[in-house]
Amino acid sequence: MGKVKKSPWVLHYDGSSCNGCDIEVLACMTPVYDAERFGIINTGDPLQADIFLITGGINTQNQAVVRQLYDQMPRPKVVVAVGTCACTGGIFKECYNILGGADTTLPVDIYVPGCAARPQAIIDGLVQAIELFQKRSNKHDAIERRHKEEEGKKAHGKVSGE
Amino acid sequence: MGKVSVVPFGPQHPVLPEPIHLDLVLEDEKVIEAVPSIGFVHRGLESLIVKKDYNEMVYVAERTCGICSFGHGMGYVEAVEKIMNVEIPARARYLRTIWMELSRMHSHLLWLGLLADAFGYESLFYHCWRIREQVLDMIEESTGGRVIFSVNKVGGVMKDIDAQMLGRFVEKLGDVEEQICAIRKNFLGDRTVQMRLCGVGVLTKKQAHDLGCAGPFGRASGIATDMRIRGYGAYADLDFEPIIRTDGDSYARCACRIDELLQSIDLIRQAAAKIPAGDLSVPVKGNPDGEYFMRIEQPRGEAVYYVKGSGKPYLNRLRIRTPTFANLAGLCETLKGADYADVPILVLTIDPCISCTER
Amino acid sequence: MVKCPENELIKIEKGELLSKCMELKKSGLRFSQACAAFYEGNYELSYSFADDQTYEYKTLRLTAGLKEEIPSVTDIIPTAVFYENEMAEMYGVKINMISLDYKNRLYRITEEAPLLPKEAKEAKEEKSAAQGSEAGKEEA
Repeated sequence: MGKVKKSPWVLHYDGSSCNGCDIEVLACMTPVYDAERFGIINTGDPLQADIFLITGGINTQNQAVVRQLYDQMPRPKVVVAVGTCACTGGIFKECYNILGGADTTLPVDIYVPGCAARPQAIIDGLVQAIELFQKRSNKHDAIERRHKEEEGKKAHGKVSGE
Repeated sequence: MGKVSVVPFGPQHPVLPEPIHLDLVLEDEKVIEAVPSIGFVHRGLESLIVKKDYNEMVYVAERTCGICSFGHGMGYVEAVEKIMNVEIPARARYLRTIWMELSRMHSHLLWLGLLADAFGYESLFYHCWRIREQVLDMIEESTGGRVIFSVNKVGGVMKDIDAQMLGRFVEKLGDVEEQICAIRKNFLGDRTVQMRLCGVGVLTKKQAHDLGCAGPFGRASGIATDMRIRGYGAYADLDFEPIIRTDGDSYARCACRIDELLQSIDLIRQAAAKIPAGDLSVPVKGNPDGEYFMRIEQPRGEAVYYVKGSGKPYLNRLRIRTPTFANLAGLCETLKGADYADVPILVLTIDPCISCTER
Repeated sequence: MVKCPENELIKIEKGELLSKCMELKKSGLRFSQACAAFYEGNYELSYSFADDQTYEYKTLRLTAGLKEEIPSVTDIIPTAVFYENEMAEMYGVKINMISLDYKNRLYRITEEAPLLPKEAKEAKEEKSAAQGSEAGKEEA
């Protein structure tokens, strides 16, 4: 992990997982694995979240919920799919109610395998997510800076024109 | 009469690690009705019986839920063994019992943590989960997995715990017991906790019986039922009594589960002292032909596994009735008349396991 | 200490369902579960009651045709709501007068009666089509 300027917040949503990955995600946040030492924090509010951590596959009913949560998050954002079910649908792939992995609905950036995914693997995924978030954030900031400069020039131009 | 409004609760809610949606009908600050709608985690794993044979279904049954995973596997294989008249070796029965009790401990500690988080004690939440990690370490050392550890198979178990390791576990459980006794004081003796839990969401014995409540939720209301008394696994050889409270409020449910933690430690000690040497499994021939309702005591209560086979490798029907499914009606009843601010705590006190419920 | 009596399976007719449920409830048993299964062309419905003192487990077994309408037991046992809705949604069992009928939207599955085998679904549709045409003839 390189230099990180920001502390991204994590939103965790249980797609249709069996809970195994969920409790491992929570275990990551607690003292023994302590993923919070990387500056992240688990939040329940999508409006303040930067990293979307999804466990479990997508089914017909939660598809809309997942999409809405993703849309509510401010840009830039990173999506991490935790567990085999979120990656591909896993053991439930053949079930009638499962559409597949999280990438059927969201643009997934990082896939964390495992059934259930081990805390070590989840932390590895999170660290990569933080790095990716930093990159996207830099890009985002640069674009914003350029916009501001351009706007400033325009405003300046107008003043001098008058 | 105040103004009536409907407030949606969930599916994504900070207090819930899992999605469930409740429509709360409020009159001012009081809940007058709660209508649950489920299905966010529904996968339809019962339909996999046409694609996987009865041996492979063990893995599917275990993935009904990640918290009570071992129990689901155990309930399923015991039902199949009953149909096929398979007598498993005594050592396998004891090992299953030990793992089952370890699972119960990790599940109850997890729940205690979430409860502490729900009433705002974040460091207590972390503390409970730290204790839980020690239990998970034992599970990992003996099976290789942390939460889903697939050691059951039809006819026995796949892994052994040798005497040395078992001795180490018993020793470590002494430590864990001390730590649990310490948090027991925090949970049951603290005035702030009592103010949040005492007298909240009272369910009388009659109500609990009529609503078919299972497990610690029913036992906290005075229903003295514990499926372990049926003597599956090695429970027939062990000495224990169901833990009952009679108040029926959230505090009683919390106390019930903490005492069950200590009971589990005691049961593991007894099992470790009595465990016989021998084989881990017996070979199984043929296919299940017949049907059986197997009932076992999951951390959350009575779970029913209905297995029906007709002499083919693929089962005819597998139905898992999980404790939370039975407790949903009880939850709706306790929510009636509760304060809106108490809703998250009440939802937590049934120890909801949504992925169990929806399968 | 061990109490493990054998499970009891009681076969009943459709007409008896409500009275038997009433009887078991009156005798102080706890309603434990209800489920549907499909076996050899018919539905098999099970209603289980548990005794918390003796650990007896009694199951009422009702065999019904694919098109038969089953009365709801929710008037006697309010908790059966979720179980009956599940039967209706998973297997397409027609249950009349459920006290809180989710109308096949308990789990909100898009597929209709997903646990019913394909042949059975086709048979069911054929039957209803045949009945529909007969009804049409009568009207004509």
